[in-house]
Amino acid sequence: MIHVRGLTKTFGTVEAVRGIDVDVSAGEIVGFLGPNGAGKTTTLRMLTTLLRPTSGAATVAGADLFADPVAVRRRIGYVAQGGAFGPFTPVGNELVLQARLYGLSRAEARARVTSLLTALDLAGAEERTTVTLSGGQKRRLDIAMGLLHRPTLLFLDEPTTGLDPQSRANLWDHIRRLRERDGVTVFLTTHYLEEADALCDRVLIIDHGRIVAEGDPERLKAEHGARTLDEVFLAVTGRELREGAAA
Amino acid sequence: MTALAVLTGHYLRASFGSKVSLAFGAVQPFLFLVLFGPLFARSGVGSWAVLVPGLLVQLALTSAGMAGFGIVFDQRFGVLERLRVAPVSPVTLLLGRVLRDSLVLLVQAATIIVAGYALGLRAPLAGVLAALLLMTVLSVGMASLSYAAALTMRQELFAPVMSTVVVPLMLLSGALLPMSLAPAWLDVVSRLTPFRYAVEGLRALFSGSYGSSAVLWGTVVSLALAIGGLALGANRFRWEKA
Repeated sequence: MIHVRGLTKTFGTVEAVRGIDVDVSAGEIVGFLGPNGAGKTTTLRMLTTLLRPTSGAATVAGADLFADPVAVRRRIGYVAQGGAFGPFTPVGNELVLQARLYGLSRAEARARVTSLLTALDLAGAEERTTVTLSGGQKRRLDIAMGLLHRPTLLFLDEPTTGLDPQSRANLWDHIRRLRERDGVTVFLTTHYLEEADALCDRVLIIDHGRIVAEGDPERLKAEHGARTLDEVFLAVTGRELREGAAA
Repeated sequence: MTALAVLTGHYLRASFGSKVSLAFGAVQPFLFLVLFGPLFARSGVGSWAVLVPGLLVQLALTSAGMAGFGIVFDQRFGVLERLRVAPVSPVTLLLGRVLRDSLVLLVQAATIIVAGYALGLRAPLAGVLAALLLMTVLSVGMASLSYAAALTMRQELFAPVMSTVVVPLMLLSGALLPMSLAPAWLDVVSRLTPFRYAVEGLRALFSGSYGSSAVLWGTVVSLALAIGGLALGANRFRWEKA
């Protein structure tokens, strides 16, 4: 589903991503971990065609990222960290607009929005604006925006940041259901290691623009004699993730 | 093409849904028309057919010129990014907004012209319609440049910078008083700004001199502004700042 070789991104003299390889198979839920500034979001923005890579090769959802970015866009969903809704427009209008940009007719778009909102426990929210929704509801709404065109691959940037534990667990259930029911492959970034542990089949750990460890959480823990992914992170980077996040 | 119609329709519904802000966009030129127009018409400088075209350019400058303000919010809330991940070209994303801005401006301009007729404006209908077309071309360029500026400069700077930039451009265009009254140096500076040519083109159309060089230059400059603005604006939609 994702095949990346030697992907780099340089901003001026800063090498944000220094030649990473990523392989994700269909149906996987993969977590992309690292402290703030490690290169997670930059990588995600390259894989979603928002940012042009400096060098490397990448196939995303079966299309070449460099040669055919529009085909990539048709097949992927992207849920950005900061949300995707303005504060004043009814969310239904925004969702229908987005669906129609992917070629759905007005009637198809409306039906799709209704069924997605229902599936994400947001039935009847069409006329509301985001200011009246809770943090968890907003994130589910953002996910609905990313799923309108039935993408086979969904990118989620820090999907549960800022949510309370209950909303977070609820969102995890929804993400698992996406894979089970619709066969969606999920690639998500997070700096909550317990999230990766609970949700992901496999994790990639990025630090200073390089992938420093990868594998399924259980095996990584066993390899490093660690009880948690936090300890794995400490073992491979020599730093606490939380310190990294603060730095 | 479908995507463009969908986007334009969406933005139009949003704009025409808010009648208050629609009306407010035309308040300034309307005040000039009602409170300054009678003075102008009696000053001996020119008739209503000289003032109204000027007010249309003023409207295009302030209304289309500030169009970029809307995208500042879209950028802040992630709306722009979400649109940029959809399989739609940057030109379409830009044009959807620009067409809305131009249509809003047309409605506002038509109101000003009708009010002008009520106050004493006498101009041939063909000339007025041609002038509206020219003003639309001008507003496409102006709105595109406004979006390009909004996507280039720091968000909080856009409103103060643009509202300041618009003032000298408006004064130098001769929109309020014809530049034929200007001292030589002011006339020269005025000729360096594009809106001077638009104002004179519109005035020629309002006076029925369709074949004059003023119309030609007004058209050439407005078209150049529209093409340049679209190219620059689409470019800003395509790449984000690194």
